[in-house]
Amino acid sequence: MSATTLGAGLLAPTRPAAFWPTGWVAALAWIAAAATISLLPDADDLGRTQDLAALAAGIGGLILLAALGSSLPGLAPRLAPLRAAGPWLILLAAGLAAWELATAKYAWLPRPFFAAPQSLLEVFTDDYERLGESVWRSLLLVLPGYALGAGIGFLFGIAMGWSRLVGYWAHPVVRLIGPLPATAWLPIAFFAFSSSRGASTFLIALASFFPVTVLTWSGVSAVSRAYYDVARTMGASPWFLVRKVAVPAAMPSVFVGLFMGLGASFSVLVVAEMMGVKAGLGWYMQWAQGWAAYPNMYAALLVLALICSSAVTLLFRLRDRLLSWQKGLVRW
Amino acid sequence: MVSGARLEVRGVSHAFALEKRALPVLQEIDFVAEPGDFVALLGPSGCGKSTLLRLVAGLEPPSEGQLLVDGKPITGTDPSRTIMFQDPTLFPWRTVRGNAQLGPEARGSLAADAPRIEAALSLVGLDAFAEAYPHQLSGGMAQRASLARALVNEPRVLMLDEPLGKLDSLTRLAMQRELVALWERERFTALLVTHDVEEALLLADRVLVLSDRPARIRADIRVERPRPRRRDDPGLVALREEILALLGLAEAA
Repeated sequence: MSATTLGAGLLAPTRPAAFWPTGWVAALAWIAAAATISLLPDADDLGRTQDLAALAAGIGGLILLAALGSSLPGLAPRLAPLRAAGPWLILLAAGLAAWELATAKYAWLPRPFFAAPQSLLEVFTDDYERLGESVWRSLLLVLPGYALGAGIGFLFGIAMGWSRLVGYWAHPVVRLIGPLPATAWLPIAFFAFSSSRGASTFLIALASFFPVTVLTWSGVSAVSRAYYDVARTMGASPWFLVRKVAVPAAMPSVFVGLFMGLGASFSVLVVAEMMGVKAGLGWYMQWAQGWAAYPNMYAALLVLALICSSAVTLLFRLRDRLLSWQKGLVRW
Repeated sequence: MVSGARLEVRGVSHAFALEKRALPVLQEIDFVAEPGDFVALLGPSGCGKSTLLRLVAGLEPPSEGQLLVDGKPITGTDPSRTIMFQDPTLFPWRTVRGNAQLGPEARGSLAADAPRIEAALSLVGLDAFAEAYPHQLSGGMAQRASLARALVNEPRVLMLDEPLGKLDSLTRLAMQRELVALWERERFTALLVTHDVEEALLLADRVLVLSDRPARIRADIRVERPRPRRRDDPGLVALREEILALLGLAEAA
């Protein structure tokens, strides 16, 4: 127990209320970036330049307030997570300024392939309706598909790990087909399913099915025989062994599968939307590319990245809740 | 209170199937433990002692011979015959209480056995740690939790598979004392597997000395010394010499 406390102590931010030099530098960096955006003339006629400058200045102002608050004992603990992100805040400001200089101000990077940051901002302010609709449609497609594939994969993985018969027949098939990218099934899926929605759901489910199956299976197979022996000597039925021994012991491995399946599902989603589905972020990107509207494409890409990483964060939160017993055993 | 069971081991031989070749581990093991006996199985490591416990637990059937509890053949596992393993084998995803209630939960008698679970936890001195997870426990505490998990089932035969083997020497002394006190109170039939001569003599009424693999009983030694026993009891020291000589490890005379 003392080791756990010690570990927490090392990770926790030291000196709760104190001067935060990194915060001041970050605030100045954002304000400097805002000045660069606002004061230097654009090489070309671009909209939303002053809005972007205002946004950067606003972020700088907020960091400034946080830096001031860091010196107050009452606010300091709440600002601790922000303090940890200090160096990143500086880098982001520098990155924004460099991006702005390289595109909008001096056009060092070839246009239209490289979009200026204010052009992305313009997409969010002016095309949010279509973008929002695409996000919604993408989520409606990917979430049921992922849940379906993960659910079936979980059950199938347990069956493979538990039953010698299922393992015998399923193992070679999973070994052979598992490594194929789910998108390779695209022609068959669109042929077999009458609707593009059905076909895409199938492909997304397939993408999450394999990693979840394989990792659930390996998790169940790796359960120590001693656990089963203990439960058996106490009168456990086979069903109890599956539910209360095999499944909980395999959960850490299952979550690795869920994580891998999530990434695979999103990449299949984009491909499916580019190929057949007439809605969603993949379609939006395809459509934007068709019009050479690269800022729109980048904006959609950014949104996609944010959705993916939020989904992963949610999954990790869930894992940390369910597998809190692992604390101190493994860190990953 | 439930008393110990009479355990009969009749001509038991056992072999492992090892790549087409049979590896004999037990040969013609024959003994009877009366209800409430404390029997130690002493032998070199890897001689097959633990296998004998697995057979008594009903985890595996013997290749030959018969095992009887109170005259009835052992056909499978039963909560009245519980093993405490060398490793605590606690389920890491369950708290101490969650581990202790494993038996009642498996048999669907959780509600009825709730008082017994609490009693077992306080008996091993872990009531304050009921909500702790195994990784938060010391080695001795983990073994106590494992003991509580076994006791909850009110075993009539308690098998101890070198349960103290991995503990530090101080914890080990304390737990040896606790095991004896527990056995004196509950009077289950105890089968202790160990390779520690002193431990066998301190705890058991009877020491069965086993040979190298395949294990045969080389001697059946009664330890008729009063309890509580002391390590320096001359009677025990003499028995210790005798057993070491049987194992071919007599100290230079």
